[in-house]
This record gives sequence, C-alpha cells and structure tokens, in this order.
Amino acid sequence: MSSTKKIYIAGFGGQGVLLIGQMLAYAALFDDKEVTWMPAYGPEMRGGTANCTVCISDKPIASPVITECDILIAMNGASLAKFEHMVVPGGELFVNTGLCPNPPKRKDINVHYVDCTNIAEEKLNSNKVANMVMLGAVNKIANIASLDTMFKVFEYTLKGPKAKLIPLNMRAMEAWSE
Amino acid sequence: MKPVFEYTNAMRDKITHYCPGCSHGVAHRLIMEVLVERGELGKAICVSPVGCSITAHQYMNVDMIESPHGRAPAVAAGIKRVHPKGAVFTYQGDGDLASIGGNEILHSAERGENICTFFINNAIYGMTGGQMAPTTLIGMKATTCPAGRDLDNYGMPMRMCEIVQTMDLAVYVERVALNTPAHIRQAKKAINRAFEVQKQGLGYAFVELLSACPTNWGMQPAKAMEWVDKSMIPYYPLGQFRCPEEVK
Amino acid sequence: MAEKKLMKGNEAFAVAAIAAGCRYYFGYPITPQNEVPEYMARELRAAGGHFIQAESELASISFIYGAAAAGARCMTSSSSIGIALMQEGIGSCIICELPCVIINVMRGGPGIGSIQPAQADYTMVTKGGMNGDAHNIVYAPSTIQEAVDMIYKAFDVADDYRNPVIICVDGMIGQMMEPVVVPEFKPVLEEKDIEKVKPWALCGHKNKRDRNKINSVWLDHTELEVAINERIWPKYERAMKELPEWESKNLEGAEAVFVAYGSTARIAVEAMELLEEEGIKIGLIRPKTLWPFPDAAFDEIDKETTKVVISVELSMGQMLQDIKLALEGRYPTALINRVGGMLLTPNEIVERTKAVLGGMK
Repeated sequence: MSSTKKIYIAGFGGQGVLLIGQMLAYAALFDDKEVTWMPAYGPEMRGGTANCTVCISDKPIASPVITECDILIAMNGASLAKFEHMVVPGGELFVNTGLCPNPPKRKDINVHYVDCTNIAEEKLNSNKVANMVMLGAVNKIANIASLDTMFKVFEYTLKGPKAKLIPLNMRAMEAWSE
Repeated sequence: MKPVFEYTNAMRDKITHYCPGCSHGVAHRLIMEVLVERGELGKAICVSPVGCSITAHQYMNVDMIESPHGRAPAVAAGIKRVHPKGAVFTYQGDGDLASIGGNEILHSAERGENICTFFINNAIYGMTGGQMAPTTLIGMKATTCPAGRDLDNYGMPMRMCEIVQTMDLAVYVERVALNTPAHIRQAKKAINRAFEVQKQGLGYAFVELLSACPTNWGMQPAKAMEWVDKSMIPYYPLGQFRCPEEVK
Repeated sequence: MAEKKLMKGNEAFAVAAIAAGCRYYFGYPITPQNEVPEYMARELRAAGGHFIQAESELASISFIYGAAAAGARCMTSSSSIGIALMQEGIGSCIICELPCVIINVMRGGPGIGSIQPAQADYTMVTKGGMNGDAHNIVYAPSTIQEAVDMIYKAFDVADDYRNPVIICVDGMIGQMMEPVVVPEFKPVLEEKDIEKVKPWALCGHKNKRDRNKINSVWLDHTELEVAINERIWPKYERAMKELPEWESKNLEGAEAVFVAYGSTARIAVEAMELLEEEGIKIGLIRPKTLWPFPDAAFDEIDKETTKVVISVELSMGQMLQDIKLALEGRYPTALINRVGGMLLTPNEIVERTKAVLGGMK
C-alpha cells in the first residue's frame, strides 16, 4: 500500500490541473512504473472546477480512486479548503500561494508554498507555465522523476511547432526553491 | 414471334400475400423491372420495413434485410457505406416512414445518404389492421379514429415529400401514384430517375407512391383507385419537388 | 516489445477496435463515453474507415445492423440508457445472426440516472433487455489493457458466434488513463472478399446465386422455434463451454470470497490487502465474462475454510443472483454494494466485510 504514491490535484479549469497530472503520469510511465490518472468528470467540470488523481507505484495499482492522498496540490483557495483533510499525516501539501489567501490549518503535514504564477512571470517571463512551475516543485520535493525523465516527457508531449517550448518548460522544472 | 410483354424474372415465382387491389404488387414489379432494365438487379440490396411488405424478400429477387420498425434508412446507409457501388434502397410504408421512422428519414435526407427510398403512402396502417397513420386524411375513418381523423386531436396529415425536399441533399423528390396506367408509367420513370441519382452519386432520392388499400379502406379495388384520384391527390399533389439536371 | 502508451480508457477502446480491423463506427454522444466517438471521428477516416454521428442510439444500432449485414466489422458505443434504447436493434442482430461489438460505459440508472460509474446494467446486458430468447456475449475488463485485449478479441468472437459482443466497463475505466500496449493492426476484410468470407452477407447476388435474405420476422412461427432451437441455442451451448473466463486469487485458506468484476474488482483487491493486514484472509473470483458466467470458478473455492461468498458490486445484487445459481446452495452469500453512481471505497468494503463475518459467528 505504502509503495503507492497517491497524488491529488485540484483547482479550476484553465489552470492546467489535468495537465499537471498527465505530466506526472507520463513521467512515471517513462520510468517504467505503474500509473493511473483519473479525472473528476461530469457537471463539476462545466462548473469550472477541475481535479484529478494520479497513483504511481512499483506494482499494479488496484484502485485509481482514492479517499486519502500522500500529496495534495491545491491550485486555489477553494480546493485547499475542500481537500486539505485528504492528506495523510506526514504527507505533502503544495499551495498555490497567489490564489490561496487563507493558509492551511493542518499542522501534521509538510506544507510547501509555491507562488507559481509570480515565479512564472518574473523568472520565466511567461504566465503560461505557472502550472509547470508547480509541477517542478512537486517533482523536486516528492522525488517523482529525474530531470532527464521530465525532458523525455516534454519531448513526447510537445511535438512539431510546440517543440520550441521544451527549454522554457525545463526551466520551469527548476524555477522554484523552498 | 417477338414477345410484346414478359413477366420480369426479377420477381420470384411466388403468389403474393397482398390483398386484391393492393398497390404493393405494382410497386414491387416496377422497382424490379427498372433494376433489370438498368442492369442493376445483381447489385441491388433492399431494406424492407415493418408493415405489409416486411417479407418482400419472398417476391423481389434481390438481397434483402428486414429492418426494425422505422429504421430502414439508417440500416440502408450502413449497407451503402460497406457497398458504395450497390443499388441500395429502402421500401417503406407510411407508418414505418412517417410515424416511427420520422427521424431516420429526415437525417438520411439531411446527410444526403446516397440511397433511394420508395415510400408507399396509402394513408393507413395495413399489417396491423387499419389504424390511423400520420398520412390519414381528415375525416377518413380508421380503427383508431372510428369517427374519422379529427383536426383537434390529430392535426393535419403529413406531406412527406414537402418535408423531405427542404433538405438540400435530398436532390430528387417526386410524388407519383399507382392508380391508373398513366400514373403507373410516370411512377416507373420516377423510380428509374431515383436509381440514376444514386448511380451518379448525386445524393438522396425519395419517391412517394400514392397507393390503395382497399381492404382497410373498406372499398372495392376499382373504387379505391378512384378514391386515390378524388381524395388523396388533391391533398398530396403529384409532381417533382426536386430533380437534378443530370437525370431530367 | 510494442510501445507502452498512456491512454484514456475511451480512446484506448477506440484504437483497439481499429487495430482489430473495425472500419465502421456509428455512435451518439452520451457521457461518460464521448471520447470513443471523438477519437473515431479523428482517426477512423484517416484509417480508411467510416464514422457517422448518428441521430440517435436507435439509428446507431440500425447503422450497425446494416453494416454487419453487409459483411463489415463494425462497432458502436454508448452508456446505460443509450444501450437501453438500442435493445430492439441488438435483439434483431441476435436473431439475424449479425456480428458486432458494442461498448457500454456504464453509469447510474434507471432513467437518465447519474453519469458516475455504476454496474447496474448487469441484468440488461447478460439476460436480456431485448425481447425474446437471446443473449449477448459480455466481457467485463478491469484495466484499460484488459479492455483493449478483450475488444481486440471481441471482433473474432462476434464473427465466430455471429452474435453481438458487449464490452461492459464503467465510467471509471472509460475516463481514467493507464499505460497500455496497443496490439498489432490486423488486416481489414476488403469489400471484394466479403462474399467469400461471409457468404450470408448482403452484397447483391450479381445474377449468380439466389438472393440472400436476412429476416427477423417469422410469419410461420414454427420456423422461429426451429431457428432458436437449431441455430441460436446450440451456439450458446458452445459459448458456455468455450467462453467463460475468470481470474481467481487467494482462494486457498480464505475465510470469505469476494466476487467482483470490472473497476469494482480493483477496489476489492485493495480491501483484501487491508483485511489481510488485520489477519483476515479473503479470496477473489473476478468474472471476466459476465455471460457466459464462469460457474466453474466457484468449484475452486476452499471448502474447508470459506464461510461466505460475497458479491461486491455497484448494483442491487444483480450479479449475486448468478453467483447463487453457480453456488447451488453450497455457501451462504452476502452483498456489499453501492448504487446510483456511488463507488465503494476499500475501507468501506473492509468494514462491511467484518460486519458480514461477525454476523456469521
């Protein structure tokens, strides 16, 4: 059980929530791990919220649906308030500082503040890679994949004219530090 | 001696179950004659409806499938996609086509499915025993409107040619009748044009054939033929609604 | 080895069908399976095939009925209430012996219901839905890879039995992503070869043979009885011998046995692990075919230790009925379920299992 990393990512549509999850899933795939990605689907999608679950493991994953997580990525305040309780004691919580005015309440988890929009704008001159700055932070702390693997992920997902965005995304992987 | 008339070998050697005076026999034969004359009998595939003509495969010598009620145009479109060079046609009555199958007929016309539809309109449900159809005329009696179709409950009869011809890709739409020799000759020409539209890949072809149902109308066959002239044609005018230049 | 790709279930179902030689797909939008028609709309024409968004599920299955009668490999997909709408057409395919593959990505019901995962179509797909004496062959994969492999095989099974094959998954398997290996693309049956391979198909008689007829009405009812007895049922008897598939796990020494299929089986496995940590040993029978139901699987249960057989399902005991028939009274049974689109969690299964076992003491 504990060999499975359970990651929950929540925010609103347009923040690249599902994409963060898919990038993590690709990274796991390229490292030959078992992985599932499961989006919340249905009317809540239309309502503007977006969230998904990623499970990464060395053995086949039983359930892609989770009730608790090792890692929570809260991309906005509403998601933080709604899902903070899901994190297991000692787990990791990533907070998108710019959109989470109220700090988390839990004391038994490790909280990482990632001001991803500002970092993207100031360090990378692009507000489009805020989600990738968050991904980089999660990857660094939770040790999901090497930068080599992340490079492979971007090579695979950014093809043709989009390939020129690979260096920017790679810089986003390293833009945040605690 | 040169034969002046031969029974078409495209009709199988079988006595039909249709009632005396019913127009199905005439319609079957016209379609079969046209296919033979066009050299298309061997590539013809028919979709029969739910109605009196459901087992038309007993009589027509072409590959044939019985369709769920009303779905014949979708079934035929599925066949045509697999055999694009086939001469694929649906043969449907008014209950099948205008009532339960209203949606399929409109969407086949909308997509311009390259098939032909032969619509037998006798203004009544035949096989189930004379119930009201969407094409039953105002005042006309049927077992489910024993006092005659009334406007208040059931509104006005549907004119399918007029509806279908609003679809741009229903390129050939014509209404004919099967009640007099002259009308029957016109009907045969219309059937031929429909297959020609399909052969040339021009779009959807729809031919409505006003038909008689003496049994369920409660009339002698000869009277029924007159009734088509007197009552049906005034409400369902004959003629071409649309016809592409290529087949005129 | 072929490349592992990360794919969404619904997209993987579509690519598996194309790989199996399906070039005809007809469908109508309904959540949670919309990625199937969307993928087909993008990829099927590129593969030389035909995609039509039908005007309704009634039309979808009728396109299938026509394309199958014309000899093509064809598929449709829908969800629960959409499959309910197709029943007349599915029954027609069965009596006319027309092969086709249908994917049902199940959601809550009855009625329009909910769009969340459910397994409440069990009875509809295995025992009818359509009128008359008829069965679908039903596969229930629990991973995307298994779904791909089953769909790939389903076209051969459908052709072999000349019967519809339904792939029954739920919104969870349809919506999630998992790594998957897409099998090799099979050659496609070309139009000119159809009449050789499927001599019953409608191709036009070319003035060379009697006309083919495909009929579903029997004005002489004695012939219908003959058709069911001599054509349809012998196939089903063969299917019951050849087709049942299941996976069993940890049956030896198990105190109780879970029976679960599809996504629910995955959750049940996690519950089994939690229970084992508490010293409670549970076995699993996972039917991979829902019809024919794998009755023989239940002969493997450990007679010495097993006290109860528990159906774990997202319906009101629909599968439990088949389990009881298979058990023929050998073991008591119990039901652990959620419905309406609600999922079981591993912890809920653990607690309810303990309650079942506690009640037996």
